[in-house]
Amino acid sequence: MSTITLSQLAHGRSGDKGNHANVAVIAYTDAGFAWLRANLTAGAVAAYFASLGASRVERFEAANVRGLNFVLYDVLAGGASRSLRTDTQGKTLAVALLRMLVAWEEPPVSAERGTRNAE
Amino acid sequence: MKRVRIGNGCGFWGDNLDAPVRLATAGRLDYLTLEYLAELTMSILAVQKAKDANAGFATDFIDVLGRLAPVLAAQPDLKIVTNAGGMNPHACALQAKHVLTKAGTVRRVGVVTGDDLLPHLDELIAGGHTLNHLDSGEPLASIRDKVVSANAYLGAQPIADALKQGAEVVITGRVADASLTVGPAAHEFGWGFGAADLDRLAAGTVAGHLIECGAQATGGLWINADDATGLGDVGYPIAEMSADGTFTISKPAGTGGAVNVETVSEQLLYEVADPARYFTPDVVADFTSVRLSQKGPDVVAVTGGTANGVTDTYKASIAYRDGFMAAGTLVIAGPNAAQKARRSGAVMLEKLKRAGFTFAESRVEALGAGDCVPGVVTATADPPEVVLRVAVRDPRRAAVERFTKEFAPLVTSGFPGTTGYTTGRPPVREVFAYWPALVAKSAVRATVSMV
Repeated sequence: MSTITLSQLAHGRSGDKGNHANVAVIAYTDAGFAWLRANLTAGAVAAYFASLGASRVERFEAANVRGLNFVLYDVLAGGASRSLRTDTQGKTLAVALLRMLVAWEEPPVSAERGTRNAE
Repeated sequence: MKRVRIGNGCGFWGDNLDAPVRLATAGRLDYLTLEYLAELTMSILAVQKAKDANAGFATDFIDVLGRLAPVLAAQPDLKIVTNAGGMNPHACALQAKHVLTKAGTVRRVGVVTGDDLLPHLDELIAGGHTLNHLDSGEPLASIRDKVVSANAYLGAQPIADALKQGAEVVITGRVADASLTVGPAAHEFGWGFGAADLDRLAAGTVAGHLIECGAQATGGLWINADDATGLGDVGYPIAEMSADGTFTISKPAGTGGAVNVETVSEQLLYEVADPARYFTPDVVADFTSVRLSQKGPDVVAVTGGTANGVTDTYKASIAYRDGFMAAGTLVIAGPNAAQKARRSGAVMLEKLKRAGFTFAESRVEALGAGDCVPGVVTATADPPEVVLRVAVRDPRRAAVERFTKEFAPLVTSGFPGTTGYTTGRPPVREVFAYWPALVAKSAVRATVSMV
């Protein structure tokens, strides 16, 4: 068992939905997606982002792209127009989540990513 | 099999000004789409229109169209679809026509209107359309007197209608971003907007969603972008569609960026809530039925994208006046830069309180020490300097104006290592808050006209 960052299992992107943010986390491999499904629960993400004061966190699956999509409700301090945050649109949330330290039994999978162009 | 190439050269008002011409020149496009409207752009345009009846649209489009005129002359079949019309599609169309005519280019310009609900708002409310806030459930009546703009997100049908009537440039107000792509596809392939073609509309919606943010599908914001990705020369996305709804995502040959399963899957889930139910005016699309496969260098094939029904409502985007805000920055050097910055922010607010000003909301950030995501990402070392950012919001403009005068004093009365006061006092801006609602499709009438 070793401790790695979530970024070694998955990539992602985040954005806004009014005062809510979405954070998509996409596994590089099937094994990585199985891990995400079992471990990256809505509760785990809510706890990780607890200091942002989300009213609730909801998780959706997009297994077709090995993805989980999290919606963090009421987390942007009023939404793009009204928010006093620098990151009014939640663009930094995905990179923040991918810094999460996780326990992983196998070698990190980011090295075996097969989806980049072989250019 | 007939294929239609739709490229999007603009993802928002403020996007790269050279991208549309480059994409149209190198993309072998049938359609160039240009997307200009963010959620609150309409409120800003509404205020502009209130001051000047000929204003209220995305003026960047007129500059871009002027530069596109020689490309249009060389490619007589290239058509343009854009929501640059904003709050004033007719004025935008007249200027577009003028710019093209001046360049010696003759094009039929179609205008889609009917999205602007403001003139009908009281009638709508009186008719029982309460336009409740989608989150809070509160009826719009509670802030009716502060509303500056109210627009329904129209769908692809009026765009397809305009093309059918011979428009070569289609200018809309508020339409769903993905509909800018669905409209041309529906027109070219003869898709209807009834039950028979819902899956195809869903597939077109997937294509539209993937290209609507421009370079975000071609390497922009890609987690694994690096120097080799060539973002300085990033190519903008092209959806090449077939009649059955299958398509590829690519970019012009020789451009920078990257189109691969990672970039496309990141964009697929961007700004999505439930991926099985992506709501547009045209269809409820199921993104979980989409399949992606790498077909070659910078070409991803996309299949699936099925319908999960259709709604009888449009989303309405309403903006209302909600006070004023300002934000300013200073640079604070260390040691203990983050603590000094946070303390400087507190000092500023304390001085304002002594002067009689407290604010509805205030925020102090030490950027460089993790405050973009405060309490989640924290600095593990003492950064040599951080950016102090202080922002306030309040109903009183005078209070916010007074706040903007409290940055400079820190340069002499704050902590040592305070610098970066070069741009002067930060501007005060009016806050337009966002009020999302639903409105019955039967209460909204889209109209197509020609200029």
